[in-house]
Amino acid sequence: MWKFIHKLASPPHFYNLAPKLVPWFTVPGVLLVAYGVYAGLFLAPADYQQGDAFRIIYIHVPSAYLSMMAYMIMAVSAAIGLIWRIKLSHAVAAAAAPLGAWFTFLALATGSIWGRPMWGTWWEWGDPRLTSELIMLFVYFGYMALRAAIDDTAKADKASAVLALVGAVNVPIIHFSVEWWSSLHQGATLLRKDGPAMDPSMLYPLLAMILAFTFLFGALLTRRIRTEVLFRERRTRWVKDMVLSAKGRN
Amino acid sequence: MIEETDTPGVMKAMAAVAKRDLVLAWKRPGDVLNPLFFFAMVATLFPLAVGPSNEQLEFSGPGVLWTAALLATLLSLNSLFVTDFEDGSLDQMLVSSVPLPALVLGKSIAHWLTSGLPLVIISPVVAITFRMPSSVTGVLMLTLLLGTVSLSMLGSIGAALTVGLHRATALLSLLILPLAMPVLIFGARTVSLVASGDIVAGGLYFLAAYAVLVVSLAPFATAAALRISNE
Repeated sequence: MWKFIHKLASPPHFYNLAPKLVPWFTVPGVLLVAYGVYAGLFLAPADYQQGDAFRIIYIHVPSAYLSMMAYMIMAVSAAIGLIWRIKLSHAVAAAAAPLGAWFTFLALATGSIWGRPMWGTWWEWGDPRLTSELIMLFVYFGYMALRAAIDDTAKADKASAVLALVGAVNVPIIHFSVEWWSSLHQGATLLRKDGPAMDPSMLYPLLAMILAFTFLFGALLTRRIRTEVLFRERRTRWVKDMVLSAKGRN
Repeated sequence: MIEETDTPGVMKAMAAVAKRDLVLAWKRPGDVLNPLFFFAMVATLFPLAVGPSNEQLEFSGPGVLWTAALLATLLSLNSLFVTDFEDGSLDQMLVSSVPLPALVLGKSIAHWLTSGLPLVIISPVVAITFRMPSSVTGVLMLTLLLGTVSLSMLGSIGAALTVGLHRATALLSLLILPLAMPVLIFGARTVSLVASGDIVAGGLYFLAAYAVLVVSLAPFATAAALRISNE
């Protein structure tokens, strides 16, 4: 078991494996996006209160979900890297951070566009979830800034891992303390005790889009990790051999 | 200052570290006073910027005082480990046989005594200028008392991560401010609620619980960060 994990986590092995992995994410991702976009924009009926404006949830909800998911992946792989000193997992954390920041930004932008017709303003401080997404964006910025400030990669990995773990303890607390504000955000629709409060014709496209975003995130993350691995290993023998043999073929 | 026995007791070593920092602060009072002046000055900026109407001052007082306290604490955090890093005493702490988290806790206690506690003490003076009634001022002091403990502890993690880096000031703020949001929200909102005649126990309980959480966990994160920064 351990041998298998170590083999999988060795940089050259992952570098060669990644291109084979990517299609397994891209193909289902693209198919699900095609279904989700068509069903969400054409098949789902307009909301009786929000009209067609509600359709932005098909981008907003998956982005918001991924902004949290990316942080979780980042924190867990940072912990693995810190505890078991697996080089690859630090590369995963480094690759996940900018993606997480982008999805957070996307969630903020779509939330703000949604807010314009719903609340009549582009930004509403009274909405706790939008505000905690904004703080989340700052947490990502802090993480990336710390990484960028330290030149030594190994040191940057460990220092940012400590920050990611401190953040992992704090992010739920931030979320709930912002929630303490009076809420404008509509209540939870998906995760409720008595099942989702949504018509299946609206719900299935949303679930499809969440899955699709997850798959595409996986594809992007795998590609980013591959690039990160190549950059980090640029002075090693296997990269030099690979480059030289590629030159020989031309 | 740590006594040269083979293994000094943990509490003794912690007290020695705290005492050393307190003595250093006593010899250089500017380090303690500057953040306090900064606190008073930031609080002065707001009435000048938004206008002196009584209603507005009463309304914005808790938020302004809390924001100013947060910024003043950040300002004082910069130098938490820097002098120890430069004169080599940090290396002595790292190789000491006493657990590093205990020494870090000693330093954080000294930091709170020289930055958080003075803020709590002068806050009523600044609060008077915001027309804050004395009953509310008591709650303000209590929230600041609990909140600055959390800020000192949280801040020590950021200070440890950025020690020895160039341009650490802006980075430290970027790392710590988002994490400090819960303290700011509960601190300022609790005071505003009291000012509008509400019950406050919940907010105070939260601040106390958060302080307990960070006092128990932050020294370990800070110690880990110091070891990484000094590799």
